[in-house]
Amino acid sequence: MGYPTQFKYSKDHEWIEVKGDVATVGITDYAQGELGDVVFVELPKVGAKLTTGKTFGSVESVKAVSEIYAPASGEVVEANGALVQKPETINTDPHTAGWLIKLKLANPAEVGTLMDAAAYEAYIAEKKKEASA
Amino acid sequence: MDSGNSPANSGLRKTALNALHKRLGAKMVNFGGWDMPVEYPCSGGLMCEHRAVRGGVGVFDVSHMGDIRIHGAKKAGGALAAVEHLTMNDASKLAIGQAQYSAMLYPNGTFVDDVIVHRLGEDDYLLVINAGTREKDISWVRENTKGMDCAVEELSDAYTQLAIQGPRAAEVLQKLTDAKLETIKNYWFTHGTVCGLTNALVARTGYTGEDGFEIYVPSDVATSERVWTEVFAAGKEFGIVACGLGARNTLRLESKMALYEHEISDKINVWEAGLDRYCHLEKGAFIGRDVLVRLKNDGLRRALVGLEMVERGIARDGYRCLDESGNEIGVVTSGSPSPTLGKNIALAYVPPSMTGLGTAVFVEIRGQKCKAVVVATPFYKRVRKVRTV
Repeated sequence: MGYPTQFKYSKDHEWIEVKGDVATVGITDYAQGELGDVVFVELPKVGAKLTTGKTFGSVESVKAVSEIYAPASGEVVEANGALVQKPETINTDPHTAGWLIKLKLANPAEVGTLMDAAAYEAYIAEKKKEASA
Repeated sequence: MDSGNSPANSGLRKTALNALHKRLGAKMVNFGGWDMPVEYPCSGGLMCEHRAVRGGVGVFDVSHMGDIRIHGAKKAGGALAAVEHLTMNDASKLAIGQAQYSAMLYPNGTFVDDVIVHRLGEDDYLLVINAGTREKDISWVRENTKGMDCAVEELSDAYTQLAIQGPRAAEVLQKLTDAKLETIKNYWFTHGTVCGLTNALVARTGYTGEDGFEIYVPSDVATSERVWTEVFAAGKEFGIVACGLGARNTLRLESKMALYEHEISDKINVWEAGLDRYCHLEKGAFIGRDVLVRLKNDGLRRALVGLEMVERGIARDGYRCLDESGNEIGVVTSGSPSPTLGKNIALAYVPPSMTGLGTAVFVEIRGQKCKAVVVATPFYKRVRKVRTV
């Protein structure tokens, strides 16, 4: 699966796509692959205030709980309710239907500090090398 | 997001099949100091591996398990006396070729480790022990048999141990061995030729709650990889898959099989763990017996129960159990979604007053009080068919 070039990526493996002052956030294809079968998602309520780098929810596979971290600060304007019934969408469609939340950005300039697709692909290539060492 | 998997580390111990697992693309984790596969994306991942074992056949590399042989007594019965002293089940009831679930205990009735005792010969026993407790176990056995008439031999590194598990396991293995598998009952074993290797131990044992076998073959890499490959070729028609520790855990949890440092440990005694039926006080003295006799009359402080989540949430190992008013009453020892049942299940220690079926127990999940109820265990029990193989 390719990494969309219109997204920015965090070191914690979240992606963010900004449209105006609202951004959509999800976890990357690499992240879902590392997690394995996603069986449970816990997301914040609309109106929740998120701070960059702080956890805002969790994604659980059969074997483990993984925190998800805000790639940018802002207020939650929508959470992907469809994931409650079908959390496996995060495995099958992590970059589109498997989105987690939409965020009204507090400081849109912040997103510029994240990795672009090429930098993120280099970053995960390094991770994969470490894991197979 | 953090994956929770630490990268493989060269300081970890490896089984003879380590390179093969990596070639298959397995996700590796540090399990008690061992670099082990947790799941295989090539098998379709944990859920698929779990379902393969429940409905077909799956194979686990369990070579990290340890093996201690107790034999070589000068007088007949010396090895038996040592095993009886070290373990809580009654090894004198074993026929040659039979195995039993048992445990080694500390004098206070808590667990050194759980073990499977195999009677190999007239006065010859093999104890299969856990990977994470190998060194501790072998020292314990040596220390506590000092001066006894027997020889203690560690064979852990001599074997590659494969667990072939699932309703089709017998059909797969029968293609590779001259041992008559239909004559081996559950918790019995034999020695036979497997993949051309003579005198291999073939046991109808496992840690999945399903029918299956564990085979013990020489641990050199070439032999181990050849056996693995032949097992997969034989199992191809049944959709055989490689299974990792992730599925091993969900399978054993559904079947309520204990895991060391979870349901049993050096802080939990036999009565609390509910393993009474494997503990034979009437057989006479053994390590831990005196305290267990006393504790039996004192009554339990806590007991192990099965929980099923009622509210949304997954109970995980170490989460606190609360009563309705939020007071801490116990702890979850293992918790996971159950792939077979499609529910979130857990094992937990709670006060004896709260063990009745249907009792509400709350699990604290990231600060939230989530409702669960006590349910009957094991969560899953296989339907035993009349065996043809």
